[in-house]
Amino acid sequence: MLGKLSWAAVPFDQPIPMAASAVVGCLILGVLIWVVVKGRLPYLWNEWITSVDHKRIGVMYCLLAMVMLLRGFTDAIMMRSQQALAFQAPGYLPPEHYDQIFSAHGTLMIFFVAMPFVIGLMNFAVPLQLGIRDVAFPTLNSVGFWLTASGALLVNISLVIGEFSRATWLPYPPLSELAYSPGVGVDYYCWAIQISGIGTLISGVNLVTTVLKMHAPGMTYMRMPMFCWTTLAANLLIVAAFPILTATLAMLLLDRYLGFHFFTNEAGGNMMMFVNLIWAWGHPEVYILILPAFGIYSEVISTFSGKPLFGYRSMVIATMAICILAFMVWLHHFFTMGAGADVNGFFGIMTTIIAVPTGVKIFNWLFTMFAGRVVFSTALLWSLGFMITFVVGGMTGVLLAVPPADFVLHNSLFLVAHFHNVLIGGVLFGCFAGYNYWFPKAFGFRLHEGLGKAAFWCWTIGFYVAFMPLYVLGLEGMTRRMQHYDVPAWRPWLLIAALGAVIILVGIILQIVQLVASIRHREDLRDDTGDPWNGRSLEWATASPPPVFNFAVLPSVSGSDTYWDLKQRAIQQPAPSPEPDYNSVEMPRNSPTGFICAFFATMMGFALIWHIWWMAGVAIAGAFATFVVFAWRDRDDYIIPVETVARIDRENRASRTRALGRLGTAQ
Amino acid sequence: MSDETPEFGTSDVAPGDEGSEAGIATYLVGLGLALLLTGVSFFIAKTHLVWGPSIPVALIVLAIAQMGVHLVFFLHITTGPDNANNVMALAFGVLIVLLLLTGSLWIMFHLNHNMMPMDQLMRMQR
Amino acid sequence: MSATHADHQGHAARSPGGGMPSKRIIVGYGFWIFLLSDIIMFSAFFASYAVLSDATAGGPTGQQLFDLTNVGIETMCLLLSSFTCGLASIGAQRKNSAIFQTAMAATFVLGAVFVSLEIREFAGLAAQGAGPTRSAFLTAFFTLVGCHGLHVTGGLMWLLTMMAQVLAKGYRPDILRRVMCFSLFWHALDIIWVALFSVVYLIGAGQ
Repeated sequence: MLGKLSWAAVPFDQPIPMAASAVVGCLILGVLIWVVVKGRLPYLWNEWITSVDHKRIGVMYCLLAMVMLLRGFTDAIMMRSQQALAFQAPGYLPPEHYDQIFSAHGTLMIFFVAMPFVIGLMNFAVPLQLGIRDVAFPTLNSVGFWLTASGALLVNISLVIGEFSRATWLPYPPLSELAYSPGVGVDYYCWAIQISGIGTLISGVNLVTTVLKMHAPGMTYMRMPMFCWTTLAANLLIVAAFPILTATLAMLLLDRYLGFHFFTNEAGGNMMMFVNLIWAWGHPEVYILILPAFGIYSEVISTFSGKPLFGYRSMVIATMAICILAFMVWLHHFFTMGAGADVNGFFGIMTTIIAVPTGVKIFNWLFTMFAGRVVFSTALLWSLGFMITFVVGGMTGVLLAVPPADFVLHNSLFLVAHFHNVLIGGVLFGCFAGYNYWFPKAFGFRLHEGLGKAAFWCWTIGFYVAFMPLYVLGLEGMTRRMQHYDVPAWRPWLLIAALGAVIILVGIILQIVQLVASIRHREDLRDDTGDPWNGRSLEWATASPPPVFNFAVLPSVSGSDTYWDLKQRAIQQPAPSPEPDYNSVEMPRNSPTGFICAFFATMMGFALIWHIWWMAGVAIAGAFATFVVFAWRDRDDYIIPVETVARIDRENRASRTRALGRLGTAQ
Repeated sequence: MSDETPEFGTSDVAPGDEGSEAGIATYLVGLGLALLLTGVSFFIAKTHLVWGPSIPVALIVLAIAQMGVHLVFFLHITTGPDNANNVMALAFGVLIVLLLLTGSLWIMFHLNHNMMPMDQLMRMQR
Repeated sequence: MSATHADHQGHAARSPGGGMPSKRIIVGYGFWIFLLSDIIMFSAFFASYAVLSDATAGGPTGQQLFDLTNVGIETMCLLLSSFTCGLASIGAQRKNSAIFQTAMAATFVLGAVFVSLEIREFAGLAAQGAGPTRSAFLTAFFTLVGCHGLHVTGGLMWLLTMMAQVLAKGYRPDILRRVMCFSLFWHALDIIWVALFSVVYLIGAGQ
């Protein structure tokens, strides 16, 4: 009846997961009770869960990412403390638990922190920057988000029911095959990633179509803000790379469930094919993460330097070049697996070549700041921290790209330090920059600058303290994923690294304090103008938060840095602009399709993990029925009458005029 | 900055939408060509008239030709300016497919050559 | 900071959505992107097949197993169904239910014959002891061809809902957009089959 599921699956004997899940369970229960008691359930359902508004979906993606960041960071600090303690000692985490922790840490941080964060920011900002009212496929957008959330839920369920994968964040066979991982851990991993991967693919198709096909009048490709270009490149990579991941994990699942022989030791299976295919996805994946971050830095640096982006065209070319080159370097993840000199040589050279467009970008940002009036806001600090940190990470990456050097450094902590150097210093700093930069647009008030800067300094210093020792340890020969060790020379460095993790923890706490304090003092931080940073692109041309339709009248674009140009013209001719001719607006209707699909997807994933076949059948039938019902709808949009559009826009205009008037008298 | 870029969205077609003049004739021509190419493929595969080692190459060439026929006559992907976006996307997809296939074959050939395949290794251990 | 009302200066009096391509183009393009991703997924299965095609582990080879007559009939079915699917989209464009429903029904029959031939082939192979668990070669073969078969089966289900939607709701623009997506999907499956029968069956049977 319940397949492999029984009470034995719940780890009552392990205090750490039980305590953690009890705390999380109480938190979730508390929030639910609060929501119900306060009568906010209809609001939550109507305004968020069934919402197809790209801004709401973007915010929910970012929220998911931040919550998962806490979970992933908990794993990180457990690993650091384990390694600090486990010198000639077993530490406090037994190996089978430690293995689950580093597997969960990698899985969560890549798939459920970095991915949702960048996708959330793209979803939020790109339609506003393009001057349009929503993405190309709003309902699908909601489906994509909820499938991602479904995957995250499955990973977290594994904390309480059963176990998580011990086969690392990329489950290499033969370890991940049924013979060596008979438990449900790898199945949790695979189904969570398959479900969220489909969500990511949907959002990729959606954003590619949006950027390529939907624009305000006059917004030609070469007038798009840089973030739109990097979004296009990243989503092209999603569309091209995620199917490979889906296929590869499908093969692994077939091996595990039906006894196929793709990657087994027996019957001619070839485990190296898994490594080859997974990295054919995995390398583009890192560019999927970093390219949107590059776009955010471009926006932030140009806004806070008060200058247009230096070398816009070269930036576009570099972005698109990375988009292609990303698919030609994947072997550098397995130089040591036996390819010959010519293969290794080719991929080593391609890898060093990809540093060239990245270098172009760094110089462009530097020249954007050069002779600009640089405002050292929190978002800009994150960008500066990125430039320094990412260059360090890039340099060690070029070292690793040299095959002979890789033979020495492969699988060592040097590698771990390198990819944290680029992922934290590149992707995560970018997400935080974007979070501080677009927060006022999303909620109508700014985040507290002082606390934001304090968080930045803790994160940056903590990062260097935590990861620079890992470079040393790697050169001293310490391999990654060690549960305990006996080399005295490693000990001090691991203690320093643990200290670094604590400093980062302070940074995270400061970020939470920043959010809470900003909400409490939101009236002081209120942004009435819709343009708190003196911005350059169209998202600042509408109110903060924007009305559901974004723009009462679609803006007409006549150059790059559209909003900046408009403001300059207004300074020269300070006549009040005439009120535009309003029209009624057609907007997509809310739909529970995404939520219901994700419900059935979670059910299907859980049933398949535990071999509860009838439940899987019910879930698949339910998902199909949802699609048919959705396809049968007669109307998927509603009309906002012209009076409402005019009323909202007049209010926003009036509020903006008042705010600017106040500013004028203050000066 | 780039006023030479035409304002897009005005001259696009959806993939699969044929021009106004096309109709059953296009599909008939496509079907005829596809049938011809399929026939030649099946004939070559079985015949002994052609030099053996050239057969796989010929089959692949014929398959690519037939995919082109399908794209043009069934999916109406042409080189016209209104189709530029569709063709660009297709070109990107084809590039990725080629990179993945050739890259995988090249890499795996090397790995198999340098590292003994696992089943042989296991057989030796027995 | 005297940018009072600047944001509205550039607003031209246009209808909402001015300068935007039609919904048909947006939907078609989105589906086209999805199809490309689907084809890339197939290319991953193709790559596995190509790498594992020699790994027969002492089991039967393609030359011993493949029945080219069966493959020929399957190919004919799919080719003709592509043609009838094209007729169906012409029927939909002309809002001619006689053409549309007949052509869709024909497409369904041809597709169903294809799927049943494939099931028969698979069952026959499994009965000979050449099932997917026999060797890595057969694993890759069953997965690649089976994945295409699953796509065709899914396409058949979609086809039936399209016939029902046109019957119940007529030729509304949103229904026509879905018909267009369906025909794109069906033609793309045929393209994948071309690669399949050439690489897997014809080259495989020759070696």
